[in-house]
Amino acid sequence: MFRYRDLTIRQKQIVWAWIFLAVPVLFYSVIRFYPTGNAVLISFQEWNLLGTRTWTGLDNYVKLWNDPVFWKVFVNTFLYLLIGTPVSLLISFVIAYHLDKLRFGHSFIRMLYFLPFMTSAVAMAWVWRWFYQGVPIGLFNNFLASIGIAQVEFLNSTTNALPAVLAPAIWAGLGFQIIIFMAGLRSIPQSYYEAARIDGVSWWTVLSEITLPLLRPTIVFIVVFSSIGFLRIFDHVFNMTTNNPGGPLNSTKPLVLMIYDTAFNSFDMGYAAAQTVVLFTILLIVSLIQLWLLRADR
Amino acid sequence: MRNKLKSLILAGAATAALLPGAASADVEIEYWQYFFDARVEAMEQLIASFEEENPDITVTMTHFPYADYRTKVAAAIPAGEGPDVVQLFYGWLNDYIEAGLIQPLPTDTFDPDVIDAEFFPMVGAMKKDGVYYALPTAVRSLALFYNERLLEAAGVEPPTTLDELVEVAAATTERDGAGNITQVGITTGMTAQDHHWFREVLIRQFGGEPYLDDYQTVNYDTEAGRAALDYYTGLQSEHGVTIEGFMDEPQAAFKAGRAAMHIDGSFRIGSLADQRGLRWGVTELPAAADGTQSNYSSYWVNAITSKAEGEKLEAAVKFMEFITSDEAMQVWLDVVGELPAKPSVGMTDDNANDEVFGPFIRGLEYAHTTIFANESSQRQVLVDMVSQINIGGQEPGESLSEAAAAEQAILDDYYAD
Repeated sequence: MFRYRDLTIRQKQIVWAWIFLAVPVLFYSVIRFYPTGNAVLISFQEWNLLGTRTWTGLDNYVKLWNDPVFWKVFVNTFLYLLIGTPVSLLISFVIAYHLDKLRFGHSFIRMLYFLPFMTSAVAMAWVWRWFYQGVPIGLFNNFLASIGIAQVEFLNSTTNALPAVLAPAIWAGLGFQIIIFMAGLRSIPQSYYEAARIDGVSWWTVLSEITLPLLRPTIVFIVVFSSIGFLRIFDHVFNMTTNNPGGPLNSTKPLVLMIYDTAFNSFDMGYAAAQTVVLFTILLIVSLIQLWLLRADR
Repeated sequence: MRNKLKSLILAGAATAALLPGAASADVEIEYWQYFFDARVEAMEQLIASFEEENPDITVTMTHFPYADYRTKVAAAIPAGEGPDVVQLFYGWLNDYIEAGLIQPLPTDTFDPDVIDAEFFPMVGAMKKDGVYYALPTAVRSLALFYNERLLEAAGVEPPTTLDELVEVAAATTERDGAGNITQVGITTGMTAQDHHWFREVLIRQFGGEPYLDDYQTVNYDTEAGRAALDYYTGLQSEHGVTIEGFMDEPQAAFKAGRAAMHIDGSFRIGSLADQRGLRWGVTELPAAADGTQSNYSSYWVNAITSKAEGEKLEAAVKFMEFITSDEAMQVWLDVVGELPAKPSVGMTDDNANDEVFGPFIRGLEYAHTTIFANESSQRQVLVDMVSQINIGGQEPGESLSEAAAAEQAILDDYYAD
């Protein structure tokens, strides 16, 4: 028979550890794992939220494979990732690199860069949406018109809309990345730089031989973090295109918006769940690749 | 001592609050609708007078923000947790009937022949296999809003035909030195109400019939459909009197006084009424050259859920009867500003000749109600059709055919099972 007082101190500690751990484990099972499992189950069913669920096997996945909108959305999602991540990485590094050297007004400028990160994405998206309008209300187009340049269609264009939506999303995340980069820059020992100065090497060599290699863990972290963010982009796109979500002609629609639309406008829960499983798989693969990169470095 | 006094007062207040309920709560039924100030207020008035007439019935109203309403109702009713009488958008009804979540209205109280005769014709969309499943208290229709100042400044009168519409729009459009439009003659945007205008009004006015087989077959890839599309897109491409999505949203442009004309629903009246400095009028949708008039009407309906049984069902039927009565419709018009669903209320001299409501109410007589399988997807098809022409540079005939095929696919998918 199991009796608590027969246990060794070490075993008692383990028992107590598990008692405390049980709370988050239970919480996670109920809040995370059970719904996740359920979503996978629903992806093999047809369900409109009202009627009964019927088993349809792989139908939802076949439909997804043959859906031209899905492939368009798939490409869009990776465009957000492939443009968003490098551009935001480059800009935030350049700013952090120079901000790090700056003494005068350092914290004030850092605060200015961090401000957009704290602003609500919805408010920001709407303000940018109005910036992008045509004459007479759009800020950018009014400026262009006032100096005699033809108007540019920002949002109402199949080619310009995606970059136009992406721009505020990059801007919003910049503050966070700059802070992380500055922390990374500060953690590089000064002695390396002093040694470099004694050797009299150029700033480019310092940058490419000391700063960048030693920043590698920071860079990997930011890449992982921001790529997951761009793969899941939703609020900026949705709020900037509410009347024609993901439009025009699906040119800005990311996968998350397609899932939302399928689930809460078409009430096609099975199909939406199948899309969710695909998104989950993509996120998993991207994260695993990046974790592997992290480990290879250490 | 002070505490004792306090609790005494509290207890007294609590008993007083309970009293009317306690005395009359023989049957309690639950009513759900979405939250909109005026709608809730009107319903509170109606419930109060209903309870006065029927002291043995208590009606509890629950409301949610519109954004969550559809999901909450859809989750609650199948779980048996929901209301006895529920307000639904007419377009959702099919799904609810199919899932067996609402019950047909008893024919002894709601005789289909009487309803056919007493209500405006488009309410017939709520009839399935000869019985009514739901009835509206109020309905909505479209009309042409115009900015009185801008029309006066241009020296033109509100248009009554489609050709006049183009002329008035041309007279009120303004451009800056570089040719950019700074004020449109008429707003356009399929994302707003224009898809209804195109579907149920323009296509019919050009001699077509947008759908066949009880809205299960798309029928606008025709000459009439093409003529309607050319008229609609011609406003921008040929006459240059509008820009799709001018100032982001059509109603915003009209509110800001940067649009001379704007087609919208009766639900817009409330938000325009409070707009300072905007002098506006309403007129019926312009007729075709041969005088054909058409309109689109939509509505929220009340239905009895399958949860209501026995005496609750009896109470629910009584309540349904009350909220679809002439008296209730007048309250709804006065408080919410939504149009009565019966000619007996709508076509009274006062209502039909009302400066603001009149054009909408007169429009009800010739209005059609599209039976949607999935309104947002079907709207998206028309949004994409116009985008293909305007920014994709596609040939209009081809866009029209593609749109018809895409919408047919949505309908086929929906009616297949």
